[in-house]
Parts: sequence; C-alpha cells; structure tokens
Amino acid sequence: MERKNPGTDFRLDWFENIQVNTPAAERRATSLAARRSLKKEWQAAWLLNAVRCIDLTTLSGDDTPDRVARLCAKARQPVDAGQLAALGVEHLTTGAVCVYPTMVAAAKRALRGTAIPVASVATGFPAGLMPLDLRLAEIRYALDQGADEIDIVISRALVLRGEWAALYDEICEMREACGSARMKAILATGELKTLTNVARASHVAMQAGADFIKTSTGKEPVNATLPVSLVMLRAIRDYRDQTGFAVGFKPAGGLRTAKDALNWQVLMAEELGRDWLRPDLFRIGASSLLADIERQISHHVTGRYAGAHRLAAG
Amino acid sequence: MPKVSEIMESMEYGPAPEDASAVRDWLRERGSFGHFIAGRFTRPGVTFASRDPSTGDELAQVTQGTARDVMKAVRAARRAQRGWGAMPGHDRARFLYAIARTIQKRERFLSVLESLDNGKPIRESRDIDVPLVVRHFYHHAGWAELAETEFPGHRPLGVCGQVIPWNFPLLMLAWKVAPALAAGNTVVLKPAEYTPLTALAFAEICAHVGLPAGVVNIVTGDGETGAALVRAPVDKIAFTGSTEVGRGIARAVAGSGKRLTLELGGKSPFVVLEDADLDAAVEGVVDSIWFNQGEVCCAGSRILVAESVAARFEALLRARMQKLRLGAPLDKSTDIGAIVDPVQKDRILRLIDRATAAGAELVGGAAAPGCFIAPGYLKNISPANPGMVEEIFGPIATLSTFRTPDEAVDLANNTRYGLAASVWSESATVATDLAARIKAGVVWVNCANLFDAAAPFGGMRDSGYGREGGREGMLDYLAAPVAPQRDPAPSEIVPAEAPEESAGIDRTVKLYIGGAQKRPDGGASYAAQDELIPLGNRKDIRNAVEAAQGGLAKWQGLGGHGRAQVLYFLAENLAQRRAEFAGFASPAEVDAAIRRCFFYAGFADKYDGATVSAKPGHLCHVQPEPHGVMGLIAPVAAPLAGFMALVLPAIAMGNAVVAIPSQDRPMAALTLAQVLACSDVPGGVVNIVTGPRDDLVRALAGHDGVSAIWHAGLGEGLAEVQRVAAETLIPVWTPQPRDWSGPQAQGREFLRAASRTKTIWLPYGALPAGTGSSAY
Repeated sequence: MERKNPGTDFRLDWFENIQVNTPAAERRATSLAARRSLKKEWQAAWLLNAVRCIDLTTLSGDDTPDRVARLCAKARQPVDAGQLAALGVEHLTTGAVCVYPTMVAAAKRALRGTAIPVASVATGFPAGLMPLDLRLAEIRYALDQGADEIDIVISRALVLRGEWAALYDEICEMREACGSARMKAILATGELKTLTNVARASHVAMQAGADFIKTSTGKEPVNATLPVSLVMLRAIRDYRDQTGFAVGFKPAGGLRTAKDALNWQVLMAEELGRDWLRPDLFRIGASSLLADIERQISHHVTGRYAGAHRLAAG
Repeated sequence: MPKVSEIMESMEYGPAPEDASAVRDWLRERGSFGHFIAGRFTRPGVTFASRDPSTGDELAQVTQGTARDVMKAVRAARRAQRGWGAMPGHDRARFLYAIARTIQKRERFLSVLESLDNGKPIRESRDIDVPLVVRHFYHHAGWAELAETEFPGHRPLGVCGQVIPWNFPLLMLAWKVAPALAAGNTVVLKPAEYTPLTALAFAEICAHVGLPAGVVNIVTGDGETGAALVRAPVDKIAFTGSTEVGRGIARAVAGSGKRLTLELGGKSPFVVLEDADLDAAVEGVVDSIWFNQGEVCCAGSRILVAESVAARFEALLRARMQKLRLGAPLDKSTDIGAIVDPVQKDRILRLIDRATAAGAELVGGAAAPGCFIAPGYLKNISPANPGMVEEIFGPIATLSTFRTPDEAVDLANNTRYGLAASVWSESATVATDLAARIKAGVVWVNCANLFDAAAPFGGMRDSGYGREGGREGMLDYLAAPVAPQRDPAPSEIVPAEAPEESAGIDRTVKLYIGGAQKRPDGGASYAAQDELIPLGNRKDIRNAVEAAQGGLAKWQGLGGHGRAQVLYFLAENLAQRRAEFAGFASPAEVDAAIRRCFFYAGFADKYDGATVSAKPGHLCHVQPEPHGVMGLIAPVAAPLAGFMALVLPAIAMGNAVVAIPSQDRPMAALTLAQVLACSDVPGGVVNIVTGPRDDLVRALAGHDGVSAIWHAGLGEGLAEVQRVAAETLIPVWTPQPRDWSGPQAQGREFLRAASRTKTIWLPYGALPAGTGSSAY
C-alpha cells in the first residue's frame, strides 16, 4: 500500500504551545458516543467496516507458529461466510495481522495467496528500553522475515523529559530502517499520562514520518481511550493542515465490544472525516473485539445471539 | 433501504429513530386536556393545538386558561398551602423524593414527549433535560428535609404563580416547582403555550404519587392566561422568559406586595483567549449556541476571540459547524432539531436579515423547509448591529475579536444583559480574573451551559434578578422572620422661604456627595427639624450616582478586611461625637448605630461564598458580589438607626450607596456625613441626598447606573418606585419596617440583599479518566 507521509523537518513551533484541556476533551469524548446512533443495516455495515480495519493481533509470550496460523485463518475469514453472504458482502478480511518479529514468517506462510499484510511490532516492544542499534536491528530482522508493516514503540522517557528533538531523531532513524514498509508509531499513551504529552508526542512522530500513530502496546495499565484518541486525531488534523499529509490512526488495547468499534468509528468520521474509516488510514489493534462483532452480526442475520462455541476460534 | 455492502462504501449514518409509540398512545388515550387543579384534571374548555414543530402535526388539544380558571387554581393552592406549609419537612421531602423517583422511572417517556412538543433533539432531552429534572427534585427533597434546620424561623411565602418558557419546558418546571414545594409553598404554574405537554404529564405524576390536592396546579394557555396569573392574588410571581414580557410583569406586580423573581434574556459573551484550548472552545460553542437550536437564554451567543488566534479558531469552528446534523428531533443522531414554532423561526430569520442588512456577514445559518434553521454565525459585525445587540434565540452566534484581556472584559460587558459568560483560557490567573470582572450571574470557565440543582442560576441587568438552585434559590421562596411595624408616611414638603432667626452663627447643612458637602442643584431648601434642609432633585441624584460609581473601585479594592477597619473607625468616631446627634437621634439610636458598625465590620470579611456540590470534577463556586451602586431609602422613623441599618450592610459588602434619609428628620444623617468624612470612608462610598423622598426615589429607580434599591417605606411611594424600576429592571427590596435598633434590623438577610451571587464553574483535572486523577 501507498505511504502518504514523507515527514517534515523538526518543527517545535508547530506543537510546543499545545495545551489540551482534559475535562473538555473528556466531555467531547463522552457526548460523541451519545450524539450518533447506528441501527439495523447501518450498524451491520459499520461493524463489518470495523472488521476490515482490525489488525488482528497476538502478542503473547506463549505464541507459537500454529497459534499464529490459526489467527491468520481467522483474518482470512473473520465472519462466517454464510452470514456474509446473507448480507451481500464479499471478500471481507481483517486489515492486517499483527505479531512479534519471530512470528512474522509463520504469519506470512499462513497468509500466502492473500493481500493481508503482516505487521510486526519491533524496537524492543513493549517498553522500548533497548539500545537504539538493537532496536533498529530488530526492524531490519522483521522486514527480512517478510513483515509489510512495522509497529515501533517510542521512548517514553524522551517525552516525559521533554526531549522532543531527540525523540524526533530516534523515530527518523526507525523510519529510515523501515524503508518502504508502513510504520506505525506506538506512543504508549497510558505512560505519557497527560493529554498534552500525547498531543506533542503525536506531532513529533508524524514529523518524523510515521504513517500511523497508535495509542498503545496493549501492555500499559490504560490503553486506548476515547479522550486520548480524540487528542491524537486532532493532532493528525493539525498536521494535515500544516503539511497536507494524511496520517493514519490506530487505537489498540482498549476496544473490546461492538459498541466500542462503533464509537471509535464515529469519532473518526466526526473528527477527521470518512477517509479515515478505511484501512489505509484507520486500524484497530484488537484480539477479542472480533468475537463480539461476530456475535452482533450473527444476531443481525439470525435474530438470535450466538454462543461463543458457535463462532470460529481465532 | 440500501444494502449493507453499499453502506460500507458510503459510510452514512442512516436513520435511528427513537420509538414514540408509548407517547403517541398516551396522547391518543388522553384526548383533549383540561387544567390540573386541586389534584384533578378539569374538563377541557376552549382548546388550542399543541404541535410537533418538526412536522407541524397536532399532538394534542389543550385548554386556553381563563381568568376564572386561574382564580380556581389559586384558590385551590391557597386551600392546600396551610397544610402543606405546616407539614414537617420530612413529609414534604417524601413527596419530592417520590416525584424524583417517578420521573426517573418515566425518563424515556418524558424525553420523547419533550422532543415531540418542543422539537429539541432526543439526545438533549434524554441526556440533559430530564436527568437535570430528576436531579432538581432529588436536591430539593433534601432542602425540604433540611429546611427547618437550615433556614430557622423562615416561612414559606404562600402561593406562588409561576410562568415558564418553551425552551426547556419540563426543566423550567422543575426549577420552579421543586424549590417552591420544598420551602412549603404551593404553586400555580402556567407552561408555555407551545409546550404544555410535559407539564401535563408531570401533573399526572403528582396525582400518581398522591401529592395533596392543590399543592401543584397547572393551568395551560397563552400570554393572556399568564397575565391573569400575574394579576391573581398570589404571594410571589416567578417568571422565566423574555425581557420584554418580564418588564410587563414587573410593571403589573408593582405595588402589589408580591415577591418577584425574573430570569430573562441574555446575550452572553463567550470569550476565547489566546492561550485557550481552541478545540475545547469550539466544542463549547457547540454546547452553547448550537445547543437546543440556540433557544437558550444563557447561550454564549457573542463569541469574542483573541485576534492572535481568531483565524485558526474560525477555521475550526466552521469545520465543526459543518459536522452538525440538522434533522428530525427524534432521530438519535440529530444535533440540531426544530425551532419551536414557525413564529419563532420567522423572528430569527428577520433578525438575521436585519443583521446582514446592517453589514454583518452570515456564515451558515440557512433556513430549511419546515421549522429548521442550520447553525451559523455572523461575522464582521459591529457593536451596534442588531444581531450583536439583540437576543436572537436561534442557532446563530456572533463572531468578533479583541486585542487584550481588558478589552475582552469591556466588550463582554458592553451589553444590556448580564446572565452568563463563558471564558476559555488555560491560565488560571487570566481566567479567574475575567470571571470576576465580567458582569454575569453565571460564569463558565472552560465549559459552557453546565447546570446543576446546587448551582444558583440567574442574572443581573436586563437579565433579571433572583436565583434558582441551591441555598440561594431556596431563599427566594422563603420569608425571613421579622416582626413588622408601621413606618409613617413623610410629611408634606414645606419650602423654606427665609432663614429663621438664630442666636449664634448660622448652621449650613448640605448634601453629601463624593465625599464633599454640596449645595443642592436647585439651590432650594425645605424646612425640617428647625433647619433649612437641602432640597435635592434629579440632578443631585445623578451627581450622587456618578460619585458612587467613582468610589466603587477603591472601596472594593480595600477588601473585606480593609472595609472592616473603616467601619470600626467609624464606630469609634461616632462614639466620640455622640453629643452632636443630640436632638437628632436618641442616645439609644446612637448606641445601636455604633454596635451595628461593629456588627458589619465583623461581617465584612465573613459573608462568604461557598463551593457547592454540583458535579464531581468541577469546582462550582458561588460568591456574593456587591451590586455596585445602591439606592437606599431610609425609614421615616428612627432617623439614625434606620438609616444605618441600610447603609452599613450595603457598604460592608463593597457597594457604594446613594442614601435618602428620613424626609422629616434628616439631620441625623446629615450629621453623620461629617463623621463619615473623618472616618476614612472614601469619598463617593456614601452619598446623602435629602429632599422629597418619592421624587428622589423615582430618579434613582430611573437611573441605569443604580443596580439595586432598598425602600424601607410602604404605600404609594413604594408602588411608584416599583413601577419605575420595572423599566430599568433594578431589583427593589423592601425591608419591612421594624424595630430599627433591634436585632431583626441586621444580619444575613441584609447582607444577602446587599449582594447577588455569581456562580463560577471550573472543571479541573490534569489527567484523563482512569489514570488516577482525583477529579474522577
């Protein structure tokens, strides 16, 4: 897929004065979910769209090649074919599969013959506390294994210490190591704590050429939330206004229910527009979310709620 | 219906209608509505239609209330009041609790009915109006329970006539009914003619919970019905609505002895400073003027933005505006619903036309078929443009700029209104300064249109007077304990022709204005107390008001502690110069005055505001603020103690006063002037004008520079003041004549009347929810 953000020179003045009012961001995030409602066919369509945007993920210490293969099978066929047919939808896959570097090869094998990209986390995921050369080497290893996309983690310490130029330089090096592969920058917002930090870190990552900015590793105490996402989307909007470049967004780790999937899509549509409802600019990092969407789709088609045992395991 | 695969391409929202069948069934079963009087629905009389403004369809026929209907309801309320007022607070609390619970159980029904009748989006009636209604009844169940201990000796006023607007029909009912009932009053309420249905559903709830018959009476109808209620023998009128109608009510009530609170229009400033979170501020606009179709009296309709960020702010505002969905009120994805009635839509469009004809540029704001107007704003608009001056009461803001914070304050205050304000800045230093300096009853810092039952709401200037919510709101439905006495009417003015013979050197008494002895403008005197008393006139009042305005800044700048020192010093000097009052005031009166100086010196730094328990994560501060310039009309009796009973609490709170002493016995006050001059009371803080009381008072009441009037007299003079003040909308307080030397002539009742509250909201929280911030 095409990359859209070449990055810019480091421009501190574009973000250093940002002050996010947290209660106001929370108020907006809360009311947003209540301002839009999706029913019937529209709900089904928006849920299936969310499936298209899922980076189906397994990032566990006990991952094995077979487990990854099973996940990939789910990515190929995320929703029961009969039910999709009933809805008149064809060729639905998830947006990508996301794994550790050592699982990339297994994922590539399992996805052979599809267009589903394999994303690999890298750069000392999840903490990122490794020497830079090792982190860069890890990117090159994952690419060598066949990864199409790289989810890097940023150095939270550089954010917390306000060392923005150093953060920019580091991400630029990662960007360079990624070559033509799409790079998603994980901010680990749950460790940046303040929304102002989140906004500023978002700008640095985009200026350094991130194709996506992503909320979380899934390992922080607090992962994707609507207020954090709102702030990141506004940073994406500002960066687009500053440069004309479109950067994608990936919430990860906080989306578990079909209702979450709808809320986040509404957020994308309202804050950035419908272009940001496509997998080239929107991904959802999730593992359990898909099962709940499947249940809702099943209910839409059959009028009954399906037990978990009736849905194909991922 | 489009296919799922098609929607996956368009990613449209699609329809999401709220189910209205239960409400429609209810309307069908009920047929035409009568009034709710004495616990029962009357048979429908002459009826008119209440319509769904989004379609024009008739929802129900309701009865046009006649003067007879109103009288019937008032009699029922009167009969019920004795028992209701005498009932233990706990028992009244049980009823209010039952009402709260029942509304909660019928939330969906009431939300749908409200949206149908008013045209507001279901999201708003469901998430804002009805939850606030519930909150109000719970909060006031608490006041009913606590009234005896929290307001000792206070009594209910009796029967309250309440007239409410169509923009928040059920919520305004709750704001009126809940405190009235909690305090032990009974009510006759007239809902707006466009939106009577939730009030009638509320009547059913009253019957359902077994509220004693007559405690709540609902009479439907138009302005004629409202006028009949205003004329009816009730003890208080509470009105929310337009300034124009409010003025008429004030006129009608003048001289009747009825209490009056008015919550009127507004043109509230929305100030965006250069360090504001602009996205937050833009969302604030959405919550202000693009909330409830802009039919919000306190809407931040005048956007004032710092020049340095104006371009970016407008770009963000315009983009956000384009995302607002205009549509069916019952659709859950609608942001902006229907204007309440075609008449109101026309009014809005006419005002927009006048604004653009006068040179303003309209962005958005297009009229759509039916009762719809898209959100918009007027830019390039001058201060005198009708769109800038008049309340539009539709989804149209004005957008203009300022250079510095002080200019922002000047522009914010450049309005006849004073209801609310919204201030956006990430600097606590700047935001709290502006919150203090903007003239408004409610200031929202980094938020907009937040309401809570514990947070007093109400305005100043042409936005009216009185507060609703919290302790302040309760006090507007209670009477403080007092043993009333009679105050004689002043004698006829006898013009003094020539000075009488006197043994020693002539004594010259003059007016006291701006800290100096001044000859009266007319150069005339009248005879009283064997002296030539200056015959003040309208120009002397004008001069005194100007002097008072000039004295305010210094006096308020002293702070409570500084003012206390001055009052102690005044007491000291009074004690020193006791002999000078011989013949003008009894020694007991002088003693009372000295003690009272100490009393208010003590209070000068202790009549505090409160931080009330509104919403978690929000500082909600209620602070008493001085009115500014007050006009005080002293009683005829007790020429020193009565005079000081009014002057001292007023100046202790930081007001500057124009005081009119006893017409017949002015010498005590004029002697006091000399003591004031040597007691460090800054010039202009107390101004004393003698002369024909009723003429002077009329001049005071007709001066926009006066922010409050106290009239300790009774009779036609008082009625006349109230009539004149109906035009200026200056609140007139009438402390009943009493023993002016006694303990009932001082205290919190006076301090409260010497101030008005400002409610300042400040949401706080550095960290988002779920990350351990104490705010959440």
